[in-house]
Amino acid sequence: MAEYRRPKTAEEFEQNFAQKKPLMNDTQAYYESSRCLFCYDAPCVQACPTGIDIPLFIKQINTGNKTGAAATIFDANWLGNACGKICPTETLCEGACVYNHQEVPPIQIGRLQNFATDSVIKEDKTLFKPGPSNGKKVAMIGAGPASLACACELRVLGYEVDIFEAKDKPSGLTVYGIAPYKITNEEVLDEVAYLQKQLGFQVHYGQSVTSREKIKELEDEYDALFIGVGLGPTRALRLPGEELPGVVGAVEFIEELRMKHEAVTVPNMVVVIGGGNTAMDAASEASRMGAEVTFLAYRRSKEEMGAYGFEYKLAVSSGAKGLFNVSPVEIVGEEHVRGVKFICTESVDGKLQNKEGSEFVVDCDMVIKATGQAKQGSFFALIDDLKINDWNCIEVNQETYQTSNPRYFAGGDAVNGGAEVVNAAFEGKRAALGIHEWINQ
Amino acid sequence: MADLSIDFAGIKSPNPFWLASAPPTNSGYQIMKAFEAGWGGAVWKTLGVPVINVSSRYASINYRDTRMAGFTNIELITDRPLADNLREISEVKKYFPDHAVIASLMVETKEQWHQIIKDVENAGADGIELNFGCPHGMCERGMGSAVGQEPAVLKTIVEWVMEVAQIPVITKLTPNISHIVDPGLAAVQGGTDALSLVNTFKSIVGLDLDAYAPYPVVDGKGTNGGYCGPAVKPIALEMVKELAKHPEIQKTPISGIGGIENWRDVVEFILLGASSVQVCTAAMHYGFGIVREMEAGLLQFMDEKGYNTIYDFVGKALPNVTEWKHLNMKHKVVAEINKDKCIGCDLCYIACDDGAHQAIRIPDGTRIPEVIDENCVGCNLCSLVCPVEECITMEKRDDGSQHLTWDERTAAGNIPTTFNDDLAGGKGHYVPDPADALKHRS
Repeated sequence: MAEYRRPKTAEEFEQNFAQKKPLMNDTQAYYESSRCLFCYDAPCVQACPTGIDIPLFIKQINTGNKTGAAATIFDANWLGNACGKICPTETLCEGACVYNHQEVPPIQIGRLQNFATDSVIKEDKTLFKPGPSNGKKVAMIGAGPASLACACELRVLGYEVDIFEAKDKPSGLTVYGIAPYKITNEEVLDEVAYLQKQLGFQVHYGQSVTSREKIKELEDEYDALFIGVGLGPTRALRLPGEELPGVVGAVEFIEELRMKHEAVTVPNMVVVIGGGNTAMDAASEASRMGAEVTFLAYRRSKEEMGAYGFEYKLAVSSGAKGLFNVSPVEIVGEEHVRGVKFICTESVDGKLQNKEGSEFVVDCDMVIKATGQAKQGSFFALIDDLKINDWNCIEVNQETYQTSNPRYFAGGDAVNGGAEVVNAAFEGKRAALGIHEWINQ
Repeated sequence: MADLSIDFAGIKSPNPFWLASAPPTNSGYQIMKAFEAGWGGAVWKTLGVPVINVSSRYASINYRDTRMAGFTNIELITDRPLADNLREISEVKKYFPDHAVIASLMVETKEQWHQIIKDVENAGADGIELNFGCPHGMCERGMGSAVGQEPAVLKTIVEWVMEVAQIPVITKLTPNISHIVDPGLAAVQGGTDALSLVNTFKSIVGLDLDAYAPYPVVDGKGTNGGYCGPAVKPIALEMVKELAKHPEIQKTPISGIGGIENWRDVVEFILLGASSVQVCTAAMHYGFGIVREMEAGLLQFMDEKGYNTIYDFVGKALPNVTEWKHLNMKHKVVAEINKDKCIGCDLCYIACDDGAHQAIRIPDGTRIPEVIDENCVGCNLCSLVCPVEECITMEKRDDGSQHLTWDERTAAGNIPTTFNDDLAGGKGHYVPDPADALKHRS
């Protein structure tokens, strides 16, 4: 028997995907917030990409000022609730907590953060209002976290904001791509609705921007544009058999899982290919969906994986097994995938080499490719003078997030190549300030 | 093993741990339970003309996650009929003949005092404690602290009591007074056998910000309460010391009260002259079982120090509690930060920079602070704020060969006497330029 039974009902799905950072109750928050030392020039703040004044909001929680705590958080990070839940706090704020240096458990900053933000969202407390209209309009392409942060900040500054989103939900990978045990769909959407209600930015769903005509239209109507298109679908492995039914991309797999929950069927034998955080998520998810055996196959060693150690541990604790120094050479199967042929690899002078004659087949009914997402190259080509860097990401000014086409600003995965939601939130906010400065120069 | 038994002004008790007159000693049931748990004595909840209490009686100070760091009450003396209390005193003494049962008393007239003393003696009480301390409620009726704050009145009442009392009399003092020696001396001059202190402090522990009223809120209003608990221990220690050092009082046994919760507190009160201790808040917080820790700790301390009875160290610290003018100005300590233990919270840095003497810096590119020895005045602040055990220590830097006090300097005519005196202690001490405070602007 695997670690998890196959979920048949919404309740079973919820159990299998129990929240990794559940909401604290008042007593938990009181005791946890009491532990904060209120460090000088606190390392947790330095470790937060959005620089939330963490000791301040923890003190506010401790003194019964939950609403003030939420305001402190949102002031620095418009997606404060989502980030409290999904940030890799183990390597950011909580990883920087000075308690770690004396083997004392670090403050549970992420959960305290949610404790504050969740309360204002649930109670629908108004913390912000749009600035007086300045008559300027900004369009955003894609409604991911970078655009949402940019939109909120611009609304406070008095801009009119229209977001054009191809899908039917806001917040991009936060709702479509994060493992379900990190945040629920409701939590993601409630935060966006909470912000939207107060700040009044418009999101136009089902509006993909894929033509020069559309771009032209936007350029004519808006004073500035923000590109928050993220990344594209999972990159092809270019392996024989890749097109077989049962071979899916991790991003697509996770999206389906987030939208359909227990209605998704994961077969008994799953191979996940990749060594990044998305691979870890996909492996955890396959296991929690009831797969008997989930292999995490990575072409280099365990130590060389890009994934955070805690993410690997979580995947293993969900039931996944690591397979290291194996590189896929072929997806095996006729009507449907029935295995992956791997070849063993070794590192010679830092270079990865295949060991000749070491091929073997791992049987499986499903292959999840977690080997990175393609860049949005075809979209970038629609915009004049948009400079793309060597990693196929949009090149921006690191202070203002302005692109080489001065009317365009950009942030999030399309710029950083794929990072955390908190990075997108920071970049979107900075870009808003960049737009404001540029329009008013 | 050390012998914990005491003979306190003639009141014998198997150990010095007594429950103070308070809610935990409201009934024979509670006191018998306490004796079973290990308490050596109990001062019965004050007897007098029965009162009527209000609902909502206690409130506390919570310091972060520490509950009841300070505690207040507006409860009056016993509201149970005197006959019930007297019957239960007899019953307790029947079960626990070797434990100390002390009757706390508070009445008004000489006749009432004489009558109630007879009553409790007949009931079998081992001693009497005169409650001249409660700063709430009863004082409005001319009793409790209203007496304790008037040494002449206090003395008169003690004299009334001593006219008739056949058992030892303890006078319990209020701390709500500028000079604790005044009522202490009055009680001794009135003939009291012993003193106990402190009663609670007149206080408002906090306000309900919606009701605009002090805690505990009684139907929209509150009143000052009597404050006690761990937060008051330092003031109580000081007052015990004042009496224990006074030449006319020092022979009178003192029962120490005020925020005692653990063995260290007990030892501290004893070292400053107390020969029994009374506890209330800790028992109200943790129950009577808290005495286990006090007893075990006290025994351990006595065994390690080689004491056979507590009398071997009662008042032992008193000679070292002196006036400021007798402190050695040549003594020098400097903070030392253990870099291996430091966790980089930098509280020592900011405490010193904002709150003390700017004697700690953080070298660029690190979070591990450094003490600037020449600026360090040895104030201890950094070692107090440091959250890591034994990380910042105060290291002695003088060789002990020199000794010079303010008193000696005064005698030698070597002290500053004018506002620009070159002898000022801070002259030449490093302080940053005022504009350095604005450096971050650039």
